[in-house]
Amino acid sequence: MAGTDPVPAAGAAPRGGGAAAQLKVRNLEAWYGESHALHGVDLDVFPGETVTLLGRNGVGKTTTLRAIMGIIRKRKGDVEFEQRSIMRLPLHRVARTGLGFVPEERGIFASLTVEENLLLPPVVAKGGMSLEEIYNIFPNLLERRTSPGTKLSGGEQQMLAIARILRTGVRMILLDEPTEGLAPVIVERIGEMLKVLKLHGLSVLLVEQNFRFAARIADHFYVMDHGKMIDSFSVSELPARTEALNTALGV
Amino acid sequence: MIFGVPLPALMGQLLIGLINGSFYALLSLGLAVIFGLLRVINFAHGAFYMLGAFAAWMLLAYAGIGYWGALILAPLIVGIVGMAIERLMLRRLYGLDHLYGLLFTFGLALLLEGTFRHFFGTSGQPYTAPEALRGATNLGFMVLPNYRGWVVVASLVICLGTWAVIEKTSIGAYLRAATENATLVQAFGVNVPVLLTVTYGFGCALAGIAGVLAAPVFQVSPLMGSNLIIIVFAVVVIGGMGSILGAIVTGYMLGIIEGLCKVFYPEAANIVVFVIMAIVLLLRPAGLFGKET
Repeated sequence: MAGTDPVPAAGAAPRGGGAAAQLKVRNLEAWYGESHALHGVDLDVFPGETVTLLGRNGVGKTTTLRAIMGIIRKRKGDVEFEQRSIMRLPLHRVARTGLGFVPEERGIFASLTVEENLLLPPVVAKGGMSLEEIYNIFPNLLERRTSPGTKLSGGEQQMLAIARILRTGVRMILLDEPTEGLAPVIVERIGEMLKVLKLHGLSVLLVEQNFRFAARIADHFYVMDHGKMIDSFSVSELPARTEALNTALGV
Repeated sequence: MIFGVPLPALMGQLLIGLINGSFYALLSLGLAVIFGLLRVINFAHGAFYMLGAFAAWMLLAYAGIGYWGALILAPLIVGIVGMAIERLMLRRLYGLDHLYGLLFTFGLALLLEGTFRHFFGTSGQPYTAPEALRGATNLGFMVLPNYRGWVVVASLVICLGTWAVIEKTSIGAYLRAATENATLVQAFGVNVPVLLTVTYGFGCALAGIAGVLAAPVFQVSPLMGSNLIIIVFAVVVIGGMGSILGAIVTGYMLGIIEGLCKVFYPEAANIVVFVIMAIVLLLRPAGLFGKET
């Protein structure tokens, strides 16, 4: 099995319009202590794409993002970002290659003000938003700039978590469950925000439970089960897949 | 007379309390900074304090460098020693139980103290205050030895300066954020391993500077650190592990309480800190400034 591609559609042919994949993951395995969590994940994200990982709870979606980023160090296989393997880089060098990470728990720091939270991630490349632009898009962050980051509402914290990565100039964001626990109105706003990211040419690898939300913004989907990809299809194939997906996701 | 105690006597003890409090504050601040980020209970802290005092003494004895030069150089030396130890040894223990860090630094303290005892014995080396700070000033209600006044002012400036750097600057924001979630800060592209090294070195340098300040007050002796560090750990427990402001405030407060105790109930002066520690542990186990979890 090693090295072969269990998902025939992945990476083959027209996706990305002939361009090389920006993120290329091959046969990625990962462990939490003794427990084997990923069993050979393959996936591609092409420049400018929004790709969503679907799957039930506990199948390894979050683990996949953490293993790509290098937060989980016990891993095997290969991760290439922009044609360069990032497997051997220490964690703090990964962001410097242009890959940003927004964790599931959002990672807003309680001992930092909103503005300190915004300014925390170092700028890694040109082309990021300025503080001013961010405040223009999120006026409530400006209003609350001196309050502790965790005093914001859940939705505002999610906006802050994404906004601070936009400042850094990364070219791809790994985004873990941005809509979790948020009210529908806020989910709507997060969706708008992701569309803005797309307009800016950022690629997004999104983990999402909310299938309807994902369906509206993603270009390509992967379905995960038991630590590997079991399906891969583009947004145009979505209508034909809906029934199979409902079974696979148990909705 | 206040409560039957002559004013100069009261003020004298208050000053001694404030001086001791200055050292408690400087040392517990370093411990709090280190514990906050590295989660290491730095038992070698007293040894680094002793190392600072000896560095000052050696700079004078072997290189002819006086107090003011030592005030800069000795903390630097101690900081560099601390960074080397973090980089070469302490770093290997991060993935393990906190107990290993404590045992390692405890062993390190014994090693450092033993080495200095071997070469210098247990009797102290004298170190005189610099020319400019000798003598005393009559404040009217008491006579203040200039050097002691300087110690209080210097430690206040260093403590408040450290607090301001941690709370108000972007470097401090990295430190605070990494204290909460080091992995995420590293995933943002911050070189956290270097931050850990520098933080440990800085905490040790604070102990070193306390050692230089202490050199003219107490004698420079291999055991000066272990005499002090037990009380400082009690201070840290009372203030709450990891709280920066808590460490500073509690340090001065307990020094003063100890001083007052010497006036009003001298029999208890040596144990008052530990009595307070026991009470705090009963009523507020996380410490006065610590967050209950």
